[in-house]
Amino acid sequence: MPVTKVEGTKNTHRVFLYTLSTCGWCKRTKELLEEKDVSYEYIDVDVLKAEERKAAIEDLHKRNAPLGFPIIIIDDKELISGYQPEKILGALEL
Amino acid sequence: MTVTIESVRQRAESDAKSRGHYLNPDPKFLQDLLEGLKTNEDRYGYPSCPCRPATGVFEQDRDIICPCDYRDPDVAEYGACYCSLYVNKAVYDAGKPIPIPERRPAEKMFPELAPKPAEAKTTAPTSQPTGRKLWYCKQCGYVVFLEDAPYICPICKAKKEFFAEVRLEIQQKTS
Repeated sequence: MPVTKVEGTKNTHRVFLYTLSTCGWCKRTKELLEEKDVSYEYIDVDVLKAEERKAAIEDLHKRNAPLGFPIIIIDDKELISGYQPEKILGALEL
Repeated sequence: MTVTIESVRQRAESDAKSRGHYLNPDPKFLQDLLEGLKTNEDRYGYPSCPCRPATGVFEQDRDIICPCDYRDPDVAEYGACYCSLYVNKAVYDAGKPIPIPERRPAEKMFPELAPKPAEAKTTAPTSQPTGRKLWYCKQCGYVVFLEDAPYICPICKAKKEFFAEVRLEIQQKTS
């Protein structure tokens, strides 16, 4: 799957996002991370090819992710759903 | 007709006005949402919600074509729709919309995860009564067959309250 990497100076946690390229809340979340200079990776689910999209959705399903975007996965275990700045920054100890 | 950000903006503005809603007060946020709608309209041929995953299949995305079926109850309950394109006056004046919970039923979100029709048949026979009724819009006469009246008339944008149930009665003439 085409993962986009955004480099920042803070990279103590692995931050991975499932987003939609068109979504306003996803954009706010990416901006928040960039503002805080956090390294993160993301996949825009809406631009994936059919089989990649299926794999992404199955991964979300496996993680019991709520059905909404963005989905923020920290260190491959903690999952935050939606634009929740305090929760995200709290999980990243910022 | 080609879709432009301006045409998307004008449609949203006039729709907000006609329903007493406001558009997102944050200019950058609003711009992002309008661009998202334009992208989806270019991509699918209809402006599906920028914050929900569309399938590209009209029938499956019908409920999330902006303004979506959930907008009016969401603005009524939370002061904003799911993507916060449409807000009420209080949220508009406060200047900073916050995310709201998803009202769309989970099974509609990813049809890919739904059981195949053949498997579904064993648990849910299709011959059961649907509980659907005929509703007509008292403002324009639009008629629809649904469980409950639509939140908004797709033709004239009248509110749910404008819908009445159609009951057919046959009376025998006695005179």
